[in-house]
Amino acid sequence: MRPYISAFRVRFLNGLQYRAAALGGLATQFFWGVMAIFIYQAFYISGGVPQTFNFSQLVTYIWLQQAFLALIMLYDWDSELFEMITSGNISYELCRPCNLYGFWYVKLLSKRLSSAALRFSPIIIVALLLPTPYKLSFPQSPVTFLLFIATLMLGLLLIVAISMLIYISTFKTMSPVGSMAFIGLVGEFFSGMTIPIPLMPEWLRAVCYILPFRWTADLPLRIYSGNIGVNEAVISIGVQFVWIIVLASAGAILMMRVTRRIVVQGG
Amino acid sequence: MITVEGLCKTFKVSKRSAGFKAATKALFKREYTEVEALRDVSFNINAGEVVGYIGPNGAGKSTTIKVMSGILVPDKGKCEILGRTPWNDRINHVKNIGVVFGQRSQLMWDIPVLDSFELLRDIYRVPQAKYKKNLDRLTDILDLGKIIETPVRQLSLGQRMRCEITASLLHSPQILFLDEPTIGLDAVSKVAVREFIKEINKENGVTVILTTHDMGDIEALTDRILLIGKGQILFDGSFNNLKRRYNTFSVLTVDYSGDGNIPEIENINIISKEKGRAVLKIDTKSRSVSSVISQLSSILEIREISVEARPIEEVIVALYKEYQI
Repeated sequence: MRPYISAFRVRFLNGLQYRAAALGGLATQFFWGVMAIFIYQAFYISGGVPQTFNFSQLVTYIWLQQAFLALIMLYDWDSELFEMITSGNISYELCRPCNLYGFWYVKLLSKRLSSAALRFSPIIIVALLLPTPYKLSFPQSPVTFLLFIATLMLGLLLIVAISMLIYISTFKTMSPVGSMAFIGLVGEFFSGMTIPIPLMPEWLRAVCYILPFRWTADLPLRIYSGNIGVNEAVISIGVQFVWIIVLASAGAILMMRVTRRIVVQGG
Repeated sequence: MITVEGLCKTFKVSKRSAGFKAATKALFKREYTEVEALRDVSFNINAGEVVGYIGPNGAGKSTTIKVMSGILVPDKGKCEILGRTPWNDRINHVKNIGVVFGQRSQLMWDIPVLDSFELLRDIYRVPQAKYKKNLDRLTDILDLGKIIETPVRQLSLGQRMRCEITASLLHSPQILFLDEPTIGLDAVSKVAVREFIKEINKENGVTVILTTHDMGDIEALTDRILLIGKGQILFDGSFNNLKRRYNTFSVLTVDYSGDGNIPEIENINIISKEKGRAVLKIDTKSRSVSSVISQLSSILEIREISVEARPIEEVIVALYKEYQI
């Protein structure tokens, strides 16, 4: 475990030094949250919105989404890893006595956690202090809160497993742009980052539930806001586990295969 | 210690001609050519040797290094290093080797060198005491004291390369692969790196395999060279043997006083001649240098004389020419 813990530590500390990026991210996310809430407010006022997801739940959903963006957004790429693949610096990575899948998994995990660590608390604090219809509400009970934390963390493990597949695909395509844009777009949509899943039509919601994406973002946010009850939450944790195991093993196997066929070009 | 036998590797290289038409065509149909990077490469290296692996660009040097370090799986052939096949047992294999790829970096760009070193310490599970000892020694020899706390992005190329080499040795590998370790270094850094490689070879018995285009590296470091061209080993032997074989002429510079004139001497070309100084090229196959000197001294009043062997760069060019690589 020592190599992986150390890689995690170094990357986490490295991530913490990018203060300007964090500040910029904060501003964007705050602005985005305000904008989204106003737009949805217009929808809610004009009617035609499902009764199952009230405005206060929506506001909470949006604020949590913005605060924990780094943990739940698929579109968070580590350019260092892509560069390693395309530039050939991967040579060094392969000279390490480590399992490459595990090693990169840990790196991605720590990058997300360090960037979330810098960003989430200011957004949460400000969102808690906002006037009533726009403020972030507290969870209904300590159990809800614990379930939120648990599903958020499992969701993080799941989203890293999903993004690992994109990194692995880069070994074949040599350019991350295609798979990134495709999976990024599709994944964000089906994880409820574009439109909250409770606001989607029934059939689309069914599609979301089949795919792995909504178990990363939509699930923890709705548990917190009270839109998903304790029973469903506990079952969902099981689903998260299954997805993590399936996708991580698939990734580990694929990684083993591609690295055996790898061609480090040049030099 | 290292046995390589019948290694073959073919790469597929995509190609298309320039221009819009060709690019459009390539959208639907890609064309590839096959490049044979290694064709039946075999050699043995014993513990404690320093081997120079030379050859022109694209000869297959780096490919061989990549195979030996477990990064690349060859199409055919055997490779056994310390009893293991690198690509089958990659993780155990790489614990025993250190690699420096001169054109790449293993240090993290935005953090101090020391943080990268500590990460490597943990990756290789080096005990703290041993790490400390290795680091102190390397810091001392390579003079890293001042730069070790600087982020990598602020280091000069020479400083960075010294750190790269240190990074590859923290886990006391038994074998060190150096792929162009002196590329882009100034004279001082080059000498420092060479001295250092010599020292770890002598004191720790580290086996070193070095690829380079800098013949100075080869001259200063290696007792044995492997010449590869077009994917095949063309020469395997001591550097002195090679020199002897290709040192077919020497250059003699004579300073003399008086008005004496250099006569036409058999097997000698006069490269330049001015008053009091002449530069001659002696074909050493047919005449010894000493006989020429004695002949000259009987005619001229020589003030100073210097003999230079054929420059090593030229020897290599001749070698490449002979093998048409």
